[in-house]
Amino acid sequence: MWSSPFITTPTSVSQIMLRVLIALIPGIALYVWYFGAAILVSLALASITALVTEAVMLKLRNRPIKPFLSDNSALITAWLLALSIPALAPWWLVVVGTAFGIVVAKHLYGGLGNNLFNPAMIGYAVLIISFPGHMTHWISPQELASTGLSFAEQLNYIFNGVLPAASALDAYTMATPLDTLKTQLHLGLSVEAIRDMPIFGYLGGKGGEIVAIGFAIGGIYLLLTRVINWVIPSVYLGTLFAIAAIFHLADPTHYVAPLFHLFSGAAILGAFFIYTDPIGSPTTRKGQIIYAAGAALLTFLIRAFGGFPDGVAFAALLMNICVPLIDAYTTPAVFGKKGARK
Amino acid sequence: MRPLFKFHGGVHPPTHKVESTRTPIARAALPSKLVIPLHQHVGNRAVPTVQVGERVLKGQIIGRPEGRLSSAVHASTSGTVSAIDMQVVAHFSGLPDLCVTLIPDGKDEWFPHSGVDYKQTAHSELRQRLRDAGIVGLGGAVFPSDMKSYSHKHKIKTLVLNGAECEPYITCDDLLMRERARDILRGAEVLRELLYAEEVLIGIEDNKPEAIAAMRQAVLDDGHGHMEVIAVPTLYPGGGAKQLIRVLTGIEVAAGVRSTEMGVQCFNVATAYCAWRAITFGEPLLARIVTVTGNVERAQNFEVLLGTPVEELVAQAGAKPDTYKHIMGGPMMGVDLPSASVGVTKATNCIIEAAQSAFPPPEPAMPCIRCARCADVCPAELQPQDLYWFAKSKDFGKTQEFSLFDCIECGACAYVCPSHIPLVQYYRFAKSEIWQREKEQQAAELARERHDFRQQRIEREKQEKAERLAQKERAALAAKPPAPAPLPVAAPAADLDNTLQMRVDADIARSNMQMRIDAAAARAKEQATAEQPKNTDALTPQQQAEIAEIEARRAKFHEIASHSGADDESPKHS
Ligand code: SF4
Ligand code: SF4
Repeated sequence: MWSSPFITTPTSVSQIMLRVLIALIPGIALYVWYFGAAILVSLALASITALVTEAVMLKLRNRPIKPFLSDNSALITAWLLALSIPALAPWWLVVVGTAFGIVVAKHLYGGLGNNLFNPAMIGYAVLIISFPGHMTHWISPQELASTGLSFAEQLNYIFNGVLPAASALDAYTMATPLDTLKTQLHLGLSVEAIRDMPIFGYLGGKGGEIVAIGFAIGGIYLLLTRVINWVIPSVYLGTLFAIAAIFHLADPTHYVAPLFHLFSGAAILGAFFIYTDPIGSPTTRKGQIIYAAGAALLTFLIRAFGGFPDGVAFAALLMNICVPLIDAYTTPAVFGKKGARK
Repeated sequence: MRPLFKFHGGVHPPTHKVESTRTPIARAALPSKLVIPLHQHVGNRAVPTVQVGERVLKGQIIGRPEGRLSSAVHASTSGTVSAIDMQVVAHFSGLPDLCVTLIPDGKDEWFPHSGVDYKQTAHSELRQRLRDAGIVGLGGAVFPSDMKSYSHKHKIKTLVLNGAECEPYITCDDLLMRERARDILRGAEVLRELLYAEEVLIGIEDNKPEAIAAMRQAVLDDGHGHMEVIAVPTLYPGGGAKQLIRVLTGIEVAAGVRSTEMGVQCFNVATAYCAWRAITFGEPLLARIVTVTGNVERAQNFEVLLGTPVEELVAQAGAKPDTYKHIMGGPMMGVDLPSASVGVTKATNCIIEAAQSAFPPPEPAMPCIRCARCADVCPAELQPQDLYWFAKSKDFGKTQEFSLFDCIECGACAYVCPSHIPLVQYYRFAKSEIWQREKEQQAAELARERHDFRQQRIEREKQEKAERLAQKERAALAAKPPAPAPLPVAAPAADLDNTLQMRVDADIARSNMQMRIDAAAARAKEQATAEQPKNTDALTPQQQAEIAEIEARRAKFHEIASHSGADDESPKHS
């Protein structure tokens, strides 16, 4: 005997999470096309690490393993992390980041639903603080690399740290466009001059902008299937665009055009996949607006003035902290009591 | 076109209404026995007026109303009383209640009865007739209608007639409106008179075009000038009294506020129909329309004598063997019947025979992922995920801060929750815990007060010997509490007439009664405490049943808590 309601919608947590994974596929496919298959190795490593650590933690915490392992949430953490770090990185980098995210940020906080921070972003933050050197070797887009590494050579590097004879890692990798922009600006070049460098494409970085479009397509799929709502992505991208536009208009030699901000780094990935993580975002509409706008502001500030190349991950973590407060202050008035509450 | 208003949220569960609307209302066969509970309404249980072995006639009172908030219960047909005892009733607690069992003699012989012309009759008499005829809200809330048809305190502008019928599967009001629209409207006219209301707005969800057409035709045919039939969008729980009032008038009746204070009163269409029959023909409420649907050969509506065992009723619709539960009411707010042998009551608007295929057992609950889907659909504009969190961590103060008692238990939140958390169960649990604690607190207060009172008396006895007698009398009066009105937890609120509102109404009625009784003895003192009747020491069987029920629910809650083991424990908001 159970009590009403006796019917529920067929939506389940694992189905929602599965849709998020599906939505990441177009971006991943474009990634492989432009930068080679090394990313698939990272994704696989991260996935295995996530599932294993998840299972171990569930066991240690005396939780049923099957329903949680099949909820797909660990895989999302794994994929987001793998997509946030360089594909051509030693194997242990992605393993350490993923494990840290799952063990500390997720399970030590009480597991699914109770984690204050986005586990993937915690993993990313730990890596960039602990291993900054490894985190800057991004594979060059294939059309730019003078001699691309074959997949076998990539594997050899990932697992054994060995490169083909007499070549340096720098021959195949480069700083990200956001990073390049920042360093070159420091060197006194104008935005215009920097934008003419070959690593930049039409909108953002060459290749990167195409991958971002892939993530946007996935994001639209999530919107259409109502896995996420439009508030966070649109407010985030809109605010980022607006702030970047204001700075750009005020001083175009030092601040890039707003579209560059949207299509560089992890802005699109963040807008649709990271900031929309329900667990770390506010539950009220008003709260979501504040949260997304705040995240956009922080992203811009970190990118323009901070020490890290991209601000998406840190903005996410900083906003995660504010969520309980935002929720508390934006609780809407209940039916019939409008005006009665603050 | 009248502008309509919106309420927040709502869901669109599959309606499954077509199945039971293909054939007209059929008269259910006379059952082998009738098990008639004496407590089918909000308020005090009716007191049996017949003996075992006595022959009763159709329409004869077998339970008389007790106290102000109560209603009469009648013999649904002629026959012999075979038992007056505790039986399992159609209530989710699964607890027994006092029932009169009647063996029909097949003659269907009427008790002498006659009606009146409402236009020629005093309002007080009309209300008395409603009460004696056992007329209560038939949408499922079963609140005595006589208590809802006053208007002396507030001016009522609008009478809302609820024909929305938003719950899936249920079609009894739909069919009633299609077939008996004129009597419904005549009843509404009587209620309008009683309330001195200016207009009658009849809200029907737009998935019932036949009913809308029939009602509109009836308005024209009988020239009801003050009435308007309004098609409202199909959106669950648009048939909740508060939601319908909001849609039709734009008025939001907050929890704990009576709609009459805002100039609106709401009755269900079937209630209006029965009120008309009761006033004009003197026919008490003996039968009601029940939708029998789900896992049956021929889903349809029956006119069923109250007390008809559910199993005999569903058999007439061709019950299929793989039914594993019987749901009374709709799938969103209904009650899983403790047994198929219970009698149909005034609250029984629908019986859904449930098979595993259409009603699979709930999936194990996962932790809340804070997706806010529940908040998006909550018509009371609550934050169900927060309420759940606090209810689960037994932080009842916080649940109240987050307006737990504004929850109408519509189930929309649990319907959409991807983690399959039985949210409403948590809210019911929290509510009953809070009521229980209040009761305990009242008991403690009572004990303390009595102590103080006794001290006072001893003191005074020393000083004023002459007045001793009078004071003793006062103490005796103060110590004897009036019969308590039960909490409307007992009402299976299949229609969404807000249970909380009923509770408030009950409270007010109870307070009024107490004030009258106590006025002579200790007016000043009693007025201060009128809101909290001190009655926890003299528990009636009704109250004991309630406490037992709460205990049962607690046990059930613990069961849920342990089954939903997938769920997690560590607090986040702290
Ligand atoms: S059951 Fe209560 S909390 Fe849930 S949607 Fe209905 S009113 Fe809101
Ligand atoms: S209770 Fe369910 S629907 Fe509500 S936020 Fe949590 S997971 Fe989502």
